[in-house]
Amino acid sequence: MNNRIWLSVCLLLLAACSDGPDRTSAPAQQGFAGLGLAADAFATVERGGELAFPQDHAAHPEFRIEWWYVTANLEDREGRQYGMQWTLFRQALTPDGGLGHWQDGQVWMAHVGLTAAAEHWHAERFGRSGGGQAGVTTEPDYRVWLDDWSLQSVTAPGSPERGDPLEHIRVQAGTDNLAFDLVLQTDQPLVLHGEDGFSLKSERGQASWYYSQPFYQVNGTLVLGDGAERNVHGTGWLDREWSSQPLAPEQTGWDWFSLQLPDNERLMLFRLREQDNPDSYFAGTHIRSDGSTRPLAPQEIRMQPLETTRVAGRQVPTVWHLEVPVINLDIEARPLNPNAWMDTSIPYWEGPIEFSGSHSGHGYLEMTGY
Amino acid sequence: MLEIYQVSKSFPTPQGPLAVLQSISLNLAAGNTLALTGESGSGKSTLLHLVAGLDSVDAGTVRVGGETVTGRADADRARLRRTTIGLVFQQFNLLPSLTVGANLAFQARLCGRHEPAHLADLTRRLGLDGLLDRYPEQLSGGQQQRVAIGRTLAARPQLILADEPTGNLDEATGDAVLDLFLDEVRASGAALLMVTHSERLAARLGHQHHLSQGRLESRS
Amino acid sequence: MRPLVQTLRALLAHWRRHPVQLAAWVVGLMLATALWSGVQALNTQARESYDRAAGLFAGAAQPMLVAREGETLTDDVFATLRQAGWPVSPLLEGRVRVGEQALTLVGIDPVTLPAEAAAASAVDQTGFELAAFLTRPGLTLAGPDTLQQLGVEPGAELRLASGALLPPLAVASTVPPGTLLVDVGLAQQLLQRPSELSRLLVADDPRWQTQALPEDLAERLYWQHGQSEDDLTRLTDSFHLNLTALGLLAFVVGLFIVNGATGLAFEQRSSLLRTLRACGVSGRQVVLALLFEVLLLALVAGLLGLLLGYGLAALLLPDVAASLQGLYGARVAGALQLEPRWWLAGLGMSLCGALLAAVGSLWQAARLPVLGLARREAWRAHQQRGVMLLALLGGGLWLLALGLFMAGSGLVVAFAGLAALLLGAALCLPGLLSVAVGIGQRLARGPVAEWFWAEARQQVSALSLALMALLLALAANIGVGSMVDSFRLTFTGWLDQRLAAEVYMNAEDAEQAEQMVEWLVGQPEIEAILPTGHLISRYADEPLELNGIRVHDTYRDHWPVQQQLADGWDRVGTGQAAMISEQMARRFDLAPGDSLTLGLAATPWLLQVAGIYADYGNPRAQMVVDLDALMARAEGPLRQGFSLRLHPDAAPQLVERARRDLGLEGTAVIDQASVRNFSEQVFERTFVATGALNTLTLGVAGVALLTSLLTLTQSRLPQLAPLWAQGLSRRHLAWLEWLRTLCLAGFTILLAVPLGLLLAWCLVAIINVEAFGWRLPLYLFPEQWLRLIGLAALTTVLATAWPLWRLGRQSPATWSKVFAHEQ
Repeated sequence: MNNRIWLSVCLLLLAACSDGPDRTSAPAQQGFAGLGLAADAFATVERGGELAFPQDHAAHPEFRIEWWYVTANLEDREGRQYGMQWTLFRQALTPDGGLGHWQDGQVWMAHVGLTAAAEHWHAERFGRSGGGQAGVTTEPDYRVWLDDWSLQSVTAPGSPERGDPLEHIRVQAGTDNLAFDLVLQTDQPLVLHGEDGFSLKSERGQASWYYSQPFYQVNGTLVLGDGAERNVHGTGWLDREWSSQPLAPEQTGWDWFSLQLPDNERLMLFRLREQDNPDSYFAGTHIRSDGSTRPLAPQEIRMQPLETTRVAGRQVPTVWHLEVPVINLDIEARPLNPNAWMDTSIPYWEGPIEFSGSHSGHGYLEMTGY
Repeated sequence: MLEIYQVSKSFPTPQGPLAVLQSISLNLAAGNTLALTGESGSGKSTLLHLVAGLDSVDAGTVRVGGETVTGRADADRARLRRTTIGLVFQQFNLLPSLTVGANLAFQARLCGRHEPAHLADLTRRLGLDGLLDRYPEQLSGGQQQRVAIGRTLAARPQLILADEPTGNLDEATGDAVLDLFLDEVRASGAALLMVTHSERLAARLGHQHHLSQGRLESRS
Repeated sequence: MRPLVQTLRALLAHWRRHPVQLAAWVVGLMLATALWSGVQALNTQARESYDRAAGLFAGAAQPMLVAREGETLTDDVFATLRQAGWPVSPLLEGRVRVGEQALTLVGIDPVTLPAEAAAASAVDQTGFELAAFLTRPGLTLAGPDTLQQLGVEPGAELRLASGALLPPLAVASTVPPGTLLVDVGLAQQLLQRPSELSRLLVADDPRWQTQALPEDLAERLYWQHGQSEDDLTRLTDSFHLNLTALGLLAFVVGLFIVNGATGLAFEQRSSLLRTLRACGVSGRQVVLALLFEVLLLALVAGLLGLLLGYGLAALLLPDVAASLQGLYGARVAGALQLEPRWWLAGLGMSLCGALLAAVGSLWQAARLPVLGLARREAWRAHQQRGVMLLALLGGGLWLLALGLFMAGSGLVVAFAGLAALLLGAALCLPGLLSVAVGIGQRLARGPVAEWFWAEARQQVSALSLALMALLLALAANIGVGSMVDSFRLTFTGWLDQRLAAEVYMNAEDAEQAEQMVEWLVGQPEIEAILPTGHLISRYADEPLELNGIRVHDTYRDHWPVQQQLADGWDRVGTGQAAMISEQMARRFDLAPGDSLTLGLAATPWLLQVAGIYADYGNPRAQMVVDLDALMARAEGPLRQGFSLRLHPDAAPQLVERARRDLGLEGTAVIDQASVRNFSEQVFERTFVATGALNTLTLGVAGVALLTSLLTLTQSRLPQLAPLWAQGLSRRHLAWLEWLRTLCLAGFTILLAVPLGLLLAWCLVAIINVEAFGWRLPLYLFPEQWLRLIGLAALTTVLATAWPLWRLGRQSPATWSKVFAHEQ
């Protein structure tokens, strides 16, 4: 893909992203990757709304930005660890929904990543839903795609009764140097973050709709750079989020953790940073094994970088000390591969982690704005 | 033969007109020779050019052989030069594209008076016999001037005008050429008006006039 | 440093006293630079336009998928292929009209556009406005020349003839001329072709080109490699080489002027140079100062020439653009856009030319003896040696030309041979003139006549450069003129043969073709319907026009076949033989009876060459085969048409009825007379630029003569004054001078005729064959020579009249000064 074009696409699309370590030049008023832009004529996320499924699995073009985010911690038969990421972003260029068809004003971007202990592969694609190149369908089957990278619900033959489309999905992607084809399955319910899915990102009220499916069991195959196919299994996590202005204008990035605690519990934590204040805002959700949740207030979370790694010319914190006293959590998290850098048009760090301390297990870490 | 009456001539200069000749009058009978001397810039060449019709007067009259030169059309003055007047210059002014022989015969043929015997005689006397097939630039200065003299005399002019004919030659050559020239002029019976700045050469002619600041002083 | 500056000042003072000489110098170089750089500007502009056209979608390298016959490409196909992982990008192309201008509207999807396509950078250039391109109201990208052509500013909203409004215009310099780039969705609306696509561009990645298409799509799509746009560069090369050759000729003619003026100035300043040397300026400093002077003057003249060249190019561009469009269908921007490189190259050419023209004088200055002043070298010996040397050199060049024509091949070699031929002739000119003058001298009677010829002989060398320029210009005019007129005559005759049918119809698509057939069978006046099918394919990696026909007596009787096997057309009718064009026969060395293989589809098609026909004016190879056989083998749809035989008087009504009944427009139905008219127009426009350049070259030669004479008359006074003193009037002398120049020029003009004919023969028999692949019969046009001779004579008369009139008008004082001053 033409980098120069895409530089400009992204400049527009996400209005202000910095492509290099010279982060200070990015306009601080727009938040990371433009996510702090004012919502203008787009729909806004209002407290008290209610999510409804399966309708809310579909796209919300009236909101500026939306994503489908799948990560998985995997292991092959030889016990080697891997991380997988499959993400589809939707961006509305115009709030009026455009003219339909080609000119629906929706631009899509997909990222995939595979992380092994010593290597990290990633790829990026763009498309428009107008020509049928990307999009979401709910009928006859739930399907989210860009080109041949897709996430679709699997209907088991002979099971007429359909549950939630996300209970059983297949996630696929392939490029020149990586490919995967994974089936993710669970019987657990969806998890809504914040107040019934209303997830606050700033004291000033910036928020998004945010729900997850953190309980997937994963099976499938990976093809890595060497071309060999590997059977893998593990656990997966799906995030769905949409908003028109998820960040406050001053917020320049975030650090986000998804952790698989022992006893089938889950924990989601994030910290939002400002230019001069790394601890701008905290939030999280403690998910019990039955799927019930306890939202965590900002003051209940402590996140402390312990070590940084120089990746792609930037200092990125890769070892963390995390504390959530209300659930007696005090752990240290380390990456499987500290160089899990997504060198995409909007670059960020995303990769599998391991943690130990009061609890131990696997998880995923995403860090933006470094 | 030559009557110059009250001739004046001035040239325009950036500082205004410069009077070169002021009311010059002069007579020269057939067969007589006259030397016109003067400093450089005294106007002697200008007077010669006026007589030859190479330039026109501001005032006064010039008559050659009874014909008025002044006030005539260029073509008439040219005819006069062709038939009546002969000119000898300091720079010889031969025609570089023609051989010596052709140069010698040129003017005589021009005015229809070409007599091969006369020319052959003249050529012999001028000592140009062996040079007829050469071209002017292959000759010495003295030889070139002898060709110029021969060219003029071959046409049998009634009035010969000479402007420093030996001025470009060294003294010995100059004297020799002048001797030949005067002998031939006298033999032809033509009148001669010669401009020179050399009193020594002037003394060899029948009459001497001196030009000074545009006015004529008679010396004879 | 100081001696250098003083020397330069002393040298430059010369020009103040000889302004005419200076003018000659500057005008000569200026004209040379102007003609050369003007031609280069035209070439650059055209090439840049092809590059843009070829590069918009990465040209030939960009593989594409297009719909098979009867199929339409739609968005679904795009989506299906993308979802199967194919890196395809949609493209919709159509013609639109804005006012009087016909433009190409191209719809693209910038998001999937392959990175190697220039369209990608076109979108890129608009930078932050990509969102504007993708959403309402959108953007229309166009080249700056297109905006200029339309006479609108960026931001303007154009209304199409259909009534639809285009989104605001934005400038993107990589968009080819005459093309508007919009989002593909918008293009579908504007062209009223919802969901339709013309092509799918495939990223230039070999992996995908060997990949099999999904099964259901394989029946609907086929691969198309390499559009003809890239071939433009190669096809038009010969045209540009022609222009370049003419430009170079003009440059050389201009350099003659500079050389003459430099030489004269050197002659006149030789005593000055000696004095300078005597005063203690070193030889090296003198040469350096002279060099500096040349460069200074060249800089001034070069800059003036570039401005003039720019103007010239701007003036000729519309014709050149029309030629290229007519000949090759190449679109060239109608407004000049030149890069700094052009200016620098032009200036460099000017400086080099000036140095070349001055090198002789500089060499002489370097070798000038300080004290060798007393005697000038005898001019006669000098001149005779020079004339001999030139003649020898000229003879050598003719041998070289002969060698090049005999042994070499290729257009550049042919042009080199032509250059050697012309230069050789020019160098022999002084010798020939000397001989002619010698004859005059021998016949001359009377002193004035003898002097006249003797003087003429001397002037041969002084005027020879100007006369060489005249010879070259006139010969080129006669040569090119004969070639063009021969071409015209042949072309017209060929059109008569080729356009045997009375009416031609062309169908847009298969559906329309069917409508046409239905309609045609109902027209009683039609005597015969000859269906045709047209396809652009490739043979030996070159574009090939394939014409399918059903053999009919019309072809037997009229087709301009040059040579054929017995029953040639019957063989074609079997589908196993083909008639091929002369270009194709020459290019691939094919003769009747030979076999060739076409790789149209998966199975090769073995064809015998049944005959060869003339196909003038077509840069591509062409072939006539049986229509049914072609249809059976063609992968894509044929462009179908019908040639109709009927009484010629009925043709106009039929055309009119067809337009009305079938709703046809433009060239969809056209009668013979209109086709002929159109073809002849194309032909005429093709040679407009050639003709203009030719005439200008003759003009430059006139200027060369004028300047030579202007400088010459200044130095003529000392030679003329003695004659004046001896009784020839000034007017008489001026007449003689004039007459002498006219004699020399007249003789030169007479020599130019045979040289021009030789040139014409070379153009027709060698250059044309190399450049276009066809050979023309050479016709002679004596009235054309007379016209050119008259023109040249007029040029000469005008060029000589003024300086000699001035000579006659100079005051006696000026003349008599010759006697008073040192020469």
